Amino acid sequence: MYIYSALRTCWLTFLHLFHRTVTVQYPEQKPYLSPRYRGRIILTRDPDGEERCVSCHLCAAVCPVDCIDLQKTCKPDDWSPEYFRINFSRCIFCGFCEEACPTSAIQLIPDFEMSEYSRQNLVYEKENLLISGTGKVPDYNFYRVSGVRATNTNAEPVSPHRLLP
Amino acid sequence: MTIVLTLLEAIFILLSIVIAAATLTWVERRLLGFWQDRLGPNRVGWEGTLQIVADMVKIFFKQDWTPPFADKIIFTIAPAIVMATVLMGFAVIPFTTHFGIDLNLNIGLLFFLGMTSLSVYGVVLAGWASNSKFSLLGGMRAAAQMISYEVFMGLAVTGVVMLTGSFNLTDIVQAQTHLWFVVPQFLGFVLFLIAGIAEAHRLPFDLPEGENELGAGFHTEYSSMKFGMFFVGEYAGIILISMMTVVLYFGGWNGPIFPPVVWFLFKSTGFIIFFILLRAALPRPRYDQLMAYGWKLMLPLSLLNLAVTGAAMLAWS
Repeated sequence: MYIYSALRTCWLTFLHLFHRTVTVQYPEQKPYLSPRYRGRIILTRDPDGEERCVSCHLCAAVCPVDCIDLQKTCKPDDWSPEYFRINFSRCIFCGFCEEACPTSAIQLIPDFEMSEYSRQNLVYEKENLLISGTGKVPDYNFYRVSGVRATNTNAEPVSPHRLLP
Repeated sequence: MTIVLTLLEAIFILLSIVIAAATLTWVERRLLGFWQDRLGPNRVGWEGTLQIVADMVKIFFKQDWTPPFADKIIFTIAPAIVMATVLMGFAVIPFTTHFGIDLNLNIGLLFFLGMTSLSVYGVVLAGWASNSKFSLLGGMRAAAQMISYEVFMGLAVTGVVMLTGSFNLTDIVQAQTHLWFVVPQFLGFVLFLIAGIAEAHRLPFDLPEGENELGAGFHTEYSSMKFGMFFVGEYAGIILISMMTVVLYFGGWNGPIFPPVVWFLFKSTGFIIFFILLRAALPRPRYDQLMAYGWKLMLPLSLLNLAVTGAAMLAWS
């Protein structure tokens, strides 16, 4: 019986020569990454082109590997961070920062090609992280719904009481 | 003059064998890849054909480290023994009627058996001289396995010798002009092939290496080209066993239309690929199972084969 099963195994394995290979030849052939893929981290702007980040430190607090470091500016009426630093050599791409962010400022995008020859280059500063668009959340503007008047708009702030369900 | 020619021929054949063995490392990885629905190494050169060059450069430039606890002299000699004995085995292979190193050695088959037996020393001494537990276990296994499988390898081959009446490999091939010995000696062929796999310590009988239990078995402590020689020696062993199977049971160079050497290499390649297929398909038996197959199944079967062959020859004559 062992002989039969051994020969049958050999034959079935041989037939795999004519099967399609499952290898994705990566550099030439890119794999499909879904829009919600957790790759490189970016900082987005609101529809008015202002920085969304309000320096609340929630992302830094929730980060399990402590790879996010930021500091608020001292200027009045400006909540944007003075510096915002993500150490991607530590980041585990868990996406907790994105979930914690109250203003949808910090987002993970489908890009993982971040290799560097020097480890220092994996520390991304604010100018490396900040993009000019709104990312995955096109319409959200924190200052319009939070009851805080945004610095450069004349619009009446929304009362937080009327926002309640 | 003939000496010089023979010498050149020998150098040509042995160099080709070594290069073929090195190429085989790539062929094996490629084929294993396809059999596992992968692609295998296809980066260096066209479809990965230059992979062996990269591997050779790598293995030559690796640190050649002899462990301080090893027996230095024997540790260095052991890979040379493996390589030398395997290459010596090729001396008696008749590629065609005129092409081969020593075509008319009247003890050709015995010489082949002797050389495969001697290659045990390389493995055992490597395991012993490494002075490490894993290596020693690998070497012990190699000794036990190769000696027990050699017993019925010799007995299985005896059927062919009886039918031919000669140990000369050229005579054996010429005796198969009309009927390959695989037909009258089918059992002998199967036994020889199994013994050959064990002799070359290839999967499924690669217990001397046994990666998942012994690290790398007898060559655990080896690095750089010393390891490379074990590696190339093993692949040269595969080529040797395949060619021997073709010579003994598949009519050697006999075949229609194409020139003899093409037939010989074609058949040998088939067996080499079969060896690789075995690696892709079959799991490794336990050590006691291996010994039990050898002594309780294969040995009686080869004796039976011998007896039946003898009886049939008596009845015919």
